[in-house]
Amino acid sequence: MNLPAPPNFGVQAEPRALAPGRRKRQHRSRPLIRSAGVRFALAYAVVFGVSAFALAFSIWYSTLDLLQRQVEVDIRNDALVLDEHYQLGGLPSLIAAIHDRLTDVTQSDGIYLLEDALGNRLIGNLDTWPNGLNQVNTWYELPVTRDHQSSVALLRAYSLPGGGELLVGRDVTARDKLRNVLRDGLLWALGLMFALGILGAFLVRSLFRRMMRDISTTTRAIARGDLARRIPLTGDGDEFDELATIINDMLDRISRLMDGVRQVSNAIAHDLRTPITRARTRLEDASLHAHSAEDLQSAIERATLDLDGIVGVFEALLRIAEIEAGSRRAAFAPIDLAPMLHDMDELYRAVAEERGLTLETRIEPRLPLLGDRDLVQQAVANLLDNALKFTEPGTVIGFTARLEEAVIEIAITDRGPGIAEPDRARATERFFRAESARSTAGSGLGLALVAAVAQLHNGTLLLADNDPGLRAVITLPARSS
Amino acid sequence: MKGLREAGHTAEHADNGRDGLFLAASENFDAIILDRMLPGGIDGLRLLETLRAQDNATPVVFLSALGQVDDRVKGLKAGGDDYLIKPFAFAELLARVEALTRRGKSDGPTTRLAVGDLEMDLLSRSVRRGVQKIDLQPREFRLLEYLMRHAGQVVTRTMLLEGVWDYHFDPQTNVIDVHVSRLRQKIDKPFELPLLHTVRNAGYMLRAEEV
Repeated sequence: MNLPAPPNFGVQAEPRALAPGRRKRQHRSRPLIRSAGVRFALAYAVVFGVSAFALAFSIWYSTLDLLQRQVEVDIRNDALVLDEHYQLGGLPSLIAAIHDRLTDVTQSDGIYLLEDALGNRLIGNLDTWPNGLNQVNTWYELPVTRDHQSSVALLRAYSLPGGGELLVGRDVTARDKLRNVLRDGLLWALGLMFALGILGAFLVRSLFRRMMRDISTTTRAIARGDLARRIPLTGDGDEFDELATIINDMLDRISRLMDGVRQVSNAIAHDLRTPITRARTRLEDASLHAHSAEDLQSAIERATLDLDGIVGVFEALLRIAEIEAGSRRAAFAPIDLAPMLHDMDELYRAVAEERGLTLETRIEPRLPLLGDRDLVQQAVANLLDNALKFTEPGTVIGFTARLEEAVIEIAITDRGPGIAEPDRARATERFFRAESARSTAGSGLGLALVAAVAQLHNGTLLLADNDPGLRAVITLPARSS
Repeated sequence: MKGLREAGHTAEHADNGRDGLFLAASENFDAIILDRMLPGGIDGLRLLETLRAQDNATPVVFLSALGQVDDRVKGLKAGGDDYLIKPFAFAELLARVEALTRRGKSDGPTTRLAVGDLEMDLLSRSVRRGVQKIDLQPREFRLLEYLMRHAGQVVTRTMLLEGVWDYHFDPQTNVIDVHVSRLRQKIDKPFELPLLHTVRNAGYMLRAEEV
C-alpha cells in the first residue's frame, strides 16, 4: 500500500541533488535506493505505515466483533424468554408474546417467524421461511424480505418440543451501515496517515541531509586541501555532534601527523644538506687546491666519513619509520631481558671505565617480555650511549632494571647537563637537539628511536630530572607467565 | 670488481639474473656476491633458491638496498650466509667475503687455535702465549676466539658486534675499540711482537707477521 511512496520521493529528491559540478553526475547515476537519506525515509514510511495499518485494522475488527456478539446475545436472550412463554402457556402464550414484540415500536429490528409442524405460518413478520436456513440452533446471516422490504438479518431457528419451529432474528442492516461508515472512516484515516508518513519520511530525509551537509562540506574542503576546516558543532550533544567531534579529533590527529612529517622533511633537508654540502665542499676544495697526494687522500677520507654519517642518519630514520609502522610486532617473541641487559652492562662497563665513569648496575634476575630483543637492545644502547656522551669523568651512571606490578622498568640515570624542562617534551622528536647538546656529535634521532621502541611495546619513555642530570626510564608491560 | 681483484681475488661478473645463475651453476666459486634485485626475470632470492635446490653450497653474501629486518630475514632464510645493506663500505664487503671463503674451507670441528705463539685451547678454554698463561674474561675469550678463527683477515667492528655480542646495529659509542684495546693489553702488551693490528678505516686483524 505504501510502496508507491519511494518513487515519489525520488522524483522530488532529484532537483535537490542537482548541485554544481561533478556531484551532479554522481547523484544522477546513483540509484535512489543507494541514497542513505532515501533509505532512512523509506524505512520510516514503512514502519509508520505498517503500524498505522495495524492500528486501524484492530479497531475495525474489534468493533465489528463486539457488535456481532451483542446481536447474538440479544437473540439468545429473546429466544430464552420466548421459550419460557411456551413452557408456561403453550403455543397461544408464545404467539401472544411474539405479537407483543411485533407491535412494539421500540423494537423495530426484531424478526420472528413461528411455523407449526406442517410448515404453516402461525405468526411473524417474515412472509416465507428464508431460503438456505435448514438447520436449527445455528447462526445464519441471510437476506430476508420483511414487510416487503429486502434487508439482511442474523437468524437462528429453534425447534419446539410440540412440533413446529421458531425463528428469531435481528435486522442487521443498521449494523452493516455502521460497518461501512467505520470502514470508510478508517480508510480515510489510513490514507491520511500514509500521507503524514510520507511527509514525515521527507522530513527525516531532509533533516538527515542537513546534518550530513556540514560533515560533507567540511570533509570535501579538507580533501581539496583546506586542512584547517572543522565540522561545526550544533551544541545539542546529539549523535551527529558526537560524530562531528570524532571526525574533528581525527582531523586534529592527521594535521598533527602532517605537521610532524613536514617538520621531519624540513629537518631532513637541513640535517642532511649540511653534511652533504660539507662533503661536497671538501671534495671540490681538494680537487682545486690539493698540493699533494696526502692532502687528496685525507680530503677523500673525511668526505667518506661525512657520507657515512649521512647514511647513518638515513638508516636511523628508516628504522624509526619501520618501528612506528608497527610491522615488527608480528615478530614479537617471549624473551627474558635480564641476560641481554647483563651483556650490555658488560659491553658498556669497559667504555665507562675507560672514560673514568662508574656504571652502577642493578638488574633483577627475571624480566619476562613479549617483544623484539634487538629493538629493546638498541633502545637501551641509545640511552647508555647518551649517558656516556654527556657525562663528565668521575661521576656515576645508574643502570637499573626491575619488575614491579607486571611492569618492567629500565632506568638509566646520569649526572650530565640533563634536558631543560621545556625541552623534555620535544626531546623525542626526530632531529630535535637541545641547545646544550648542539656542540656534541649526534643526529638527534636517538631518543626518537627509544620512544618509538617503547611505544611499539605499548610502553613509554619518561624523561625526568635526576637533579642534576637526566633520568631516562623505559617502562614496558611485562609478559604474564 | 676492481677492489676484489686488487685484493688478490679472481672475480667474474654477471649483470643479470639468468647469466648469474648460469655462471654460478657452471663454475666452482669460493663465494658469490648477490644483489636482491636483478634484471633478467630471475631475482636474487629465486637465483639462490634454485642454486641451493641443486645442492650448491657456495657461500653467498647478499648485497641489497632492501634494508628492512624482514628483507634480511628473507635473504638468510633463502640460504644466504650474510646480508649487507647498500650503501656499504668496500672494506666491510671484502672482510665479510673473505670470512665466508675461509669458513667454507675449514668446516671440521677444531679444538685448538694458534696464531704465531698465541695458542687457544677451546676445550679447557685456556689461552697461552709462549709459555705464559693469559687469563681472559669469558667475553674476551670469545672476542679472541673470533679474531683467531679469522686470523689473517680483516675483521670489521660490525662483524665483531654481530659475531661476539649479537648486536645488529652500530652503537654510537666506540664500544668495540675499548674491548679490543683491553684484549690487546692482555695478549700483546707484555710481548715484543704485536699480533692484534688495527687496519685503518676497516677494522682489526690478528696475524703473526708484520703487516
